[in-house]
Amino acid sequence: MLEVKGIGKTYGTGPKATHAIADVSFTVADGEFVCVVGPSGCGKTTLLKCIAGLLPPTRGEALVRGRRVEGPPEELALVFQEYGRSLMPWASVRNNVLLPLRHKKLSRAERSRLVEESLDAVGLTQFLDHYPWQLSGGMQQRVAIARALAYQPTTLLMDEPFASVDAQTRGDLEDLILRVREQYEITVLFVTHDIDESVYLPDRVVVLTHSPTEVKEIVPVGLPRPRDQIVTKELPEFAHLRGHVYRLIKREQQDDASATGGETSGGVPHAGTPV
Amino acid sequence: MSRRTYMGLKIGAEIAVPLALLAGWQLWTAHAHSVKFPRLSTILVQFKDMWLFSEFGTHVVPSLERIGLGFAIAVVAGIVLGIPLGLSRWARLWAMPHIEYWRAIPPPALLPISIVLLHSIDNRQKVAFIAFFCLFPVLLNTIDGVRGIDPTLVDTARSYGLGRLERIRRIVLPAALPQIVAGMRNSLSLAVITMVLSEYFSSTSGVGYVLLISKNTFQLAPMWAAIVLIGLLGYLLNVLFILAERRVLAWHRGWRASVAS
Repeated sequence: MLEVKGIGKTYGTGPKATHAIADVSFTVADGEFVCVVGPSGCGKTTLLKCIAGLLPPTRGEALVRGRRVEGPPEELALVFQEYGRSLMPWASVRNNVLLPLRHKKLSRAERSRLVEESLDAVGLTQFLDHYPWQLSGGMQQRVAIARALAYQPTTLLMDEPFASVDAQTRGDLEDLILRVREQYEITVLFVTHDIDESVYLPDRVVVLTHSPTEVKEIVPVGLPRPRDQIVTKELPEFAHLRGHVYRLIKREQQDDASATGGETSGGVPHAGTPV
Repeated sequence: MSRRTYMGLKIGAEIAVPLALLAGWQLWTAHAHSVKFPRLSTILVQFKDMWLFSEFGTHVVPSLERIGLGFAIAVVAGIVLGIPLGLSRWARLWAMPHIEYWRAIPPPALLPISIVLLHSIDNRQKVAFIAFFCLFPVLLNTIDGVRGIDPTLVDTARSYGLGRLERIRRIVLPAALPQIVAGMRNSLSLAVITMVLSEYFSSTSGVGYVLLISKNTFQLAPMWAAIVLIGLLGYLLNVLFILAERRVLAWHRGWRASVAS
């Protein structure tokens, strides 16, 4: 179980402090698929880095199986949006997937079994000896997913992983992650700004407010599994859920624009009001 | 133009242009009868008599040894010092003014003091002198290369539980390598310069020593033969370096081409 308890992140101190995240709490049960969605610039990546132990939160804590996250926990594996920057260009696909295994106490045979198994799960076994930059964007992200799987985490944290691939590849990768998650019986926390994706994939959607971020609403997604890009998205429940989440986020964006005295309000100054 | 004709032209130019220049030299010197500019044929005969191979062991080998040792020490020191400096803003804040000061000093300015401090006519002073000046290109390029590493790559390694040393070995060093190698190439040409310079004084061997002693005794043919040798040495070292670089950094060329497209 992954628990996020009152996490907040403030940059700087005093009157100039920026409150990126105010107070975010939710839990992810074992084996559950949870999406986090919010208006752009609401600190989704910051939140994920706090949960992953890469960034210390200013307030609150994340707990993995009851233990407080201080540094990157062994149970979590993180997949970044920028596959091109998270893969090592000097290493073959095999060595990229091996990276997290090198310091684990495993036999050589065990290591190569994990590498081959995880590359098989994403359908890339024949590209073991290629360099990442010889592959397409979607394939590179599959290498990054295989690397995360080889690490044998209980939970996969994904930071807008399919944001930089084209729409068709994105659909394929969404189905791939659903399939792999069944196969590996893995928990997934998936951050995205894509509303369709946030409804299509998970068991629950955590909708965030604009910055300083709080949880707006947690929406259960009761769509039947296995999901299908065509059939699921034709269901009236899907349209309904999508509309609901869309409305929540749209309202947030409008609130944000008027609160900051932006485009619509003609720039009324808010002297001295802490944001 | 096809790749083959281009390569043919390139290799042709690499050989034909120097040959034409040499022929011009021979034609001119044959008529000029100048003491300062001996005939090419005289220089070449001198070159063969000295360097192939009667004095090769007494003078060329010591010079190569000094270059090799000085360069190797500089590379190791540059990387070992450059990685922590590249990783830490604080370390840079304290160290950079000193680095900028010492690297601004031209090699000839430190030659006398190096002889006084490391008073020796053997290798110690010469190797130290070469290593000192070769250090800076490697050091500065290592610092830059380490600073330029993509934070996503470091975050990835951290999230997979790689410790600091493991991160340096698996991520920082290979990611900075292309720039380190660029620095090494600059250092290598500096190594040839400082080798010749260091052999001018308090020396009994080396091509720099032969060069200066020939000049002082008005033997201009041996002097010219030494100049030709030093030029060839620098050229060959650079060619060898590029060949090694192509092997080690093959991924870098492919990666850059794929990013550019």
